[in-house]
Amino acid sequence: MNQDFDFIRNWIAPNTRVLDLGCGDGTLLLSLQQQHNILGYGLEVDPEAINQCIANGVNVIEQDLNQGLTNFADGSFDTVVMTQALQAMRFPHLVLDEMLRIGRECIITFPNFGYWRTRAYLNFYGRMPVTKQLAYQWYDTPNIHFFTYADFETLCVERNINILHRQCIAEHFPSTKLKSLWPNLFTQTAVYHLSR
Amino acid sequence: MLPDHPSDTSIGIVTPQSLHIEQPLKLACGVVLETHDLVYETYGELNSAKSNGILLCHALSGDHHAAGFYQGDSRPGWWEHYVGPGKPIDTDKFFVVSVNNIGSCFGSTGPTSINPDTGKPWGSDFPSLRARDWVESQKLLMEHLGIECWAAVVGGSLGGMQAMRWSLEHPDKLLNAVVIASSMKLTAQNIAFNEIARRAIKSDPDFCDGRYLEHNKAPLKGLALARMIGHVTYLSDELMGQKFGRQLRIGDLIDRNTDPIEFQVESYLNYQGDKFSDSFDANSYILITKMLDYFDLSREYNSDPVAAFAHAKCNFLVLSFSSDWRFAPERSREITDALMSAGKSVSYVEIESDKGHDAFLLPNERYEKALGGYLSRVANRLGAPAGDGQ
Repeated sequence: MNQDFDFIRNWIAPNTRVLDLGCGDGTLLLSLQQQHNILGYGLEVDPEAINQCIANGVNVIEQDLNQGLTNFADGSFDTVVMTQALQAMRFPHLVLDEMLRIGRECIITFPNFGYWRTRAYLNFYGRMPVTKQLAYQWYDTPNIHFFTYADFETLCVERNINILHRQCIAEHFPSTKLKSLWPNLFTQTAVYHLSR
Repeated sequence: MLPDHPSDTSIGIVTPQSLHIEQPLKLACGVVLETHDLVYETYGELNSAKSNGILLCHALSGDHHAAGFYQGDSRPGWWEHYVGPGKPIDTDKFFVVSVNNIGSCFGSTGPTSINPDTGKPWGSDFPSLRARDWVESQKLLMEHLGIECWAAVVGGSLGGMQAMRWSLEHPDKLLNAVVIASSMKLTAQNIAFNEIARRAIKSDPDFCDGRYLEHNKAPLKGLALARMIGHVTYLSDELMGQKFGRQLRIGDLIDRNTDPIEFQVESYLNYQGDKFSDSFDANSYILITKMLDYFDLSREYNSDPVAAFAHAKCNFLVLSFSSDWRFAPERSREITDALMSAGKSVSYVEIESDKGHDAFLLPNERYEKALGGYLSRVANRLGAPAGDGQ
């Protein structure tokens, strides 16, 4: 189970409305339904993922996030979640604005491109990093906006986004120990809980 | 010609049944049908808990013969691809009920039936119908079959409208509504196409103000024309291009050719029109196209779809097809958005297809998986497989 999901579950109150943007096979929503009795909807475009959501009994709506979210009213959800997808959006900052318009709160997780291994890959090989987490070549990757923990912090300040919680995830020593000292260097996955 | 071997994925030979309902049916227009007949088919077995019933709701020109074959007939029912053993609407798991609705012309009470007050066919005097009238009539059949709650009500186009109406009128009588290529109300363009079709029928001299049966006539040309118009709108430009292009059936477009010329598409449309007018009743066509026009899911809920769906208790699956321009994906998204705002469980899948509105009847892998996957979960949650004798 993804470690970021554990943080997300802690930040979502029972019996609330949750919108998951890019919900994949619905794993997160299913666990939230089972543990927190939330009313959840996931947006997804991948046909296979949509089928899995349906099979799992997760409400899934086929909708392309890049086409906008204008069909969702202001404040119509308690929490809007986006896991590991912001870097694949055409206009991440606008998506973030939309999430904060639709939800009272937002949860974002993203791969930190400032992670030391990623930096080392680029530094030593001189080529765009291909990692377990970002397992694509530069030309076929859906991830078109790479950004770091520090970049995201700056964006939140610039756009007056209130950071309720932040969590840094790292899988291996020494990152697990060092991430709180130098989060931009030792965080693999960043998890943010935001509000306006 | 019989099919060589009833395929093991077909329900096989089926026989329609008929039910004479003595209970008066008060229609939305105020008229009371003292009695009425319903012709229907069932596929699969009702389980002992009577919990595995699925109601199929047909569209404008549909009938009760959704699946299987009649003895001696090689043509299967209109939804053969989706209804049968192991198919998305799995007759090994569900007891599927397919009914010809009142106002139609395949044996259930409609304009070709005898009006008991006059002793003559109803013709154009048949009372105006609303989708809710079909729902109420279907509910009488449901009671006759001893089913208290449908596992699902499923329909495409006008059938989807019935499924939605079921969810509002009898929220405790269905667990799931599957709404395919449908809409909460028709657009002006849609009503316009229906009016052109009606005008075509009424312009036929044999229409006789709708009393053609009394004169032993039928407005075949008008009905064929109506169907040709409808048929074009149910296909996509792309599909017609692929299927016919500019191919000629007769003649040649070379210079100085004075011989007749006929495009394949002309021949096809004329054939479809004539085939349809031989099997369908013109008054039924007028009646049911009006029923489509009048449908407005949320009219009595201050035209607020969210307030309307607040009454529903079932889960929803909404499906649309990318090239469908008569019941466009936007209409299905409106349904989905309203359901989400009303806090209902809903999944929505927009299926890539070049087959226009007719796609809901045709083979499509994604469609099969979405519908089959959804209903398979419905079946698993019933707990009791069909005919388990518990």
